Amino acid sequence: MVKNIKLISVVFLVIVSFFILLKGLNKTNNYSPNLNSSKIDFNFKAKFLYSDEESTLYELINEKDFSIINIWASWCLPCRDEHSFLLNLKSLDKLNIIGINYKDNEINAKKFIKELGNPYSKIVVDPSGVNSIELGAYGVPETILIHNKSKTILKKYIGPLDDEKLTELKMIIKNEN
Amino acid sequence: MKIKILVLIIFYLISFFNLSYGANSEKVDQISKNLRCLICQGQSVYDSQSDFALSMKILIQNKIDEGKNDEQIYDFLKSKYGEWIVYDPEISKNTVLLWVLPLILFVFGGLLIIKKVSIK
Repeated sequence: MVKNIKLISVVFLVIVSFFILLKGLNKTNNYSPNLNSSKIDFNFKAKFLYSDEESTLYELINEKDFSIINIWASWCLPCRDEHSFLLNLKSLDKLNIIGINYKDNEINAKKFIKELGNPYSKIVVDPSGVNSIELGAYGVPETILIHNKSKTILKKYIGPLDDEKLTELKMIIKNEN
Repeated sequence: MKIKILVLIIFYLISFFNLSYGANSEKVDQISKNLRCLICQGQSVYDSQSDFALSMKILIQNKIDEGKNDEQIYDFLKSKYGEWIVYDPEISKNTVLLWVLPLILFVFGGLLIIKKVSIK
């Protein structure tokens, strides 16, 4: 009987820890501290994906009240998942969606857009990843909401967009002027 | 014999190119050793070969070329990624325990030893 209790408790423990760990897998545990400054007080030049011209960050975000900068790459699987959410956001009038193509092959990047649709009004390339670092990015995918008038970062999402984040983004854009 | 020499030459050429490929400037190494790679935590930017770390090293090199000094580069990265990116945290409201706790433990332990010794 005592042996049985031991066995049962061990099995129970293993099962419980299995489910705890399984749940933990879904959580991203990248620790990102609160930033003291979200001001965009820098500028960088980047080349467009579809032409040889260059543009600066200020020019890119100047077009509308809000800009979303989405960092993506064709080799990044979660970017595929979040693409439909970006297409959804495209319908907002006040919003300009800018893509930064992160460390990607140009042909693959164009194929990706052709296949899944183009939510971006402009796409610039970042072959060395330096521009993304200047934006304070961790990797792909990452979405940054910028308020043009105050030149501040209102919101930053590390990892793919989902329903919850989409609603939140729309709320922020609706409430902010 | 000829083949042996040829193989040897090729071998040295390859190793030579690898050497020059992996070499960053000393300054970049020095700075990146003090930076935490944020997506591969537990490694420094210097140690890591992740995309993030590779870009970071290029960025540091660019900043050096622009004439920025160490302090300015650290400050720039701290403003982007927070205090967490540097291995040597400054004393602030949040990190005061980190700095003071070892001191407290040291004093406490010392007192404990003195007490034990004096009892004997």
